[in-house]
Amino acid sequence: MSIVLAAVTGLLFATGAWLLMQRRLTRIIIGIGLLGHGANLLLITAGGSGGRPPIIGTGDVATMADPLPQALALTAIVITFGVTAFLLALGYRSWQITGDDMVEDDIEDRFVTRRRAVDGPEAELVDGEPDTTEFEVGEGS
Amino acid sequence: MIGAGVPTSGMEALVALPIVLPMLGAALAVVAGAWRRLQRLITLVTLTGVLGVSIALLVEADSAGYLVQSAGGWGAPLGIALVVDRLAGIMLVVSSIVLLAVAIYAIGQAGEERRRVAFHPMYLVLAAGVSASFITGDLFNLFVAFEMMLAASYVLITLGGRPDQVRSGMSYVVISLVASTLFISVLALLYAATGTVNMAELSQRLGDLSPELRTGFSLVLLVVFGIKAGLFPLFFWLPDSYPTAPGPVTAIFAGLLTKVGVYAIIRTQTLLFEPGETMGTVLLWVAGATMVVGVIGAIAQDDMKRVLAFHIISQIGYMILGLGLFTVAGIAGSVFYVIHHIVVKTALFLVTGLVDRRAGSSRLSEVGGLVHSAPVIAGLFLVPALSLAGLPPFSGFLAKFALVDAGVEAGSWWIVATSLAVGLFTVFSMTKIWAGVFWGEADEAPERDPQMTGRLGSPLPMVAGTVVLVVVSVGFSIAAGALYELSERAAQDLLDPAGYVSAVLGERP
Repeated sequence: MSIVLAAVTGLLFATGAWLLMQRRLTRIIIGIGLLGHGANLLLITAGGSGGRPPIIGTGDVATMADPLPQALALTAIVITFGVTAFLLALGYRSWQITGDDMVEDDIEDRFVTRRRAVDGPEAELVDGEPDTTEFEVGEGS
Repeated sequence: MIGAGVPTSGMEALVALPIVLPMLGAALAVVAGAWRRLQRLITLVTLTGVLGVSIALLVEADSAGYLVQSAGGWGAPLGIALVVDRLAGIMLVVSSIVLLAVAIYAIGQAGEERRRVAFHPMYLVLAAGVSASFITGDLFNLFVAFEMMLAASYVLITLGGRPDQVRSGMSYVVISLVASTLFISVLALLYAATGTVNMAELSQRLGDLSPELRTGFSLVLLVVFGIKAGLFPLFFWLPDSYPTAPGPVTAIFAGLLTKVGVYAIIRTQTLLFEPGETMGTVLLWVAGATMVVGVIGAIAQDDMKRVLAFHIISQIGYMILGLGLFTVAGIAGSVFYVIHHIVVKTALFLVTGLVDRRAGSSRLSEVGGLVHSAPVIAGLFLVPALSLAGLPPFSGFLAKFALVDAGVEAGSWWIVATSLAVGLFTVFSMTKIWAGVFWGEADEAPERDPQMTGRLGSPLPMVAGTVVLVVVSVGFSIAAGALYELSERAAQDLLDPAGYVSAVLGERP
């Protein structure tokens, strides 16, 4: 059972990390969600094997499940839920402003890059996806 | 079993108040949303109350050693222990001074604070999260405290919803979430390995694990808190996101939030893990790289806020330097540096807010000659800037001197040399800001119209908030002796975790 859980945790972490590297906000947000699930699953797995409901006075303590990781996971889930909701709202606001869900470049970075482009020949900047064209050096937008 | 093992003085009842008061205040401030004056009054009264409680706690913790309170009456290790020791007490007092001063400043700034109902409640939640991070004696509770602080900071950093805020806020939120996920994961692994998340109990049980496993845990925790603190190479998000928030918010982020990360590093590395040669070397290298990269990054910048944001990073290096030495003098220097830095950095960002308002921009190329047109602002900049640069007789000099002295004593010459060289570059950056903003003429027209109010050049509360912090920072250099001795006592506690453990678990060592 815990082999399956460990494998699922690994899969969630891998998928989440991959989505996090993308340049689209929606994918990043889904990636964050998956990472959160992976971490919560890890918390549950940390509690060891399952057992009977942990209610005092209903039987042998040794056969009961460990309630603490469940409580911790519940707390973590609530927090992840709230923050994901905020992130979605922020993503929606970003879409309202730019009409696109790409992560934009930092304006100050662009200033510095432009200054460097004036000083000398500038190498082609490597980008994750070919359709991300806003980082045009030397265009003087 | 409240505070079992240590003599109870009744002061334990106060331990939870720095968390409870701001939360109550936040709830009241939401209810009072329609009445701005009432909202402000609630914020000021709450933060003044927290300051009073914090001072009482520090005085008591300094005489009793540890104040322990179990949340809900469930004794440690089952319940959540709230612990105030000397370090937590010092941090509480300094953070509540800064929070109060910035609240006064924010009230004077006719911007975000007036238009948005959310400012005051979120500010108080942030205060509660910061206090909770200092007080908690439970690693999972530290995660919750971090999240409380971060959730409030997400709202504050994007308050206004401007395009640049949304862009930088997004990266800030994503980076923080990645750090939080890593934190939960390491908590899960720690629980699986030791069966507890209580810091005192962890301190006992981690010793049973293999050294490799311990080093692994200690490094992952260093990464988690390093992202928050802005350590090399995890600092990249910081200069992008901090400067876009409204002035007072940037000030409180710059002054407090990264230092909460530093506090967590100091706490976990001393309490949970045996200070070792290897970890010390890692910390010293990280400290050196953080100092150098931060200070060099600052040189390329043209915006006053961004210069200062890069300087946060380089200053974090100094704090980690003292910790990496793992001597009483080193950690005492770190603690002294942290309290000096919180006040001075916040003051500098508040002054940047004043410059931004007065001149219509905080870019060095768009502002000039403020020493003639706004001498009050120039004076308010000069004191914390010289202090940050480490010139005598200001608190920054004393803090750096303490660290250099500790480094020489420990025989780590290269880190001492690095820190002194970085100090020179810091002077250079401060000179650059002074020459760009206060002397000379502006090269380009500012992006917004300059605003001029009254004789001081700015609204009275804004100046008053800044003055409070400048005076406090000068006070630090006057009371440096007593303050350093206090830091030294805190450092001795930190290097002897047995006291903490027995205070929380109620066992005599």
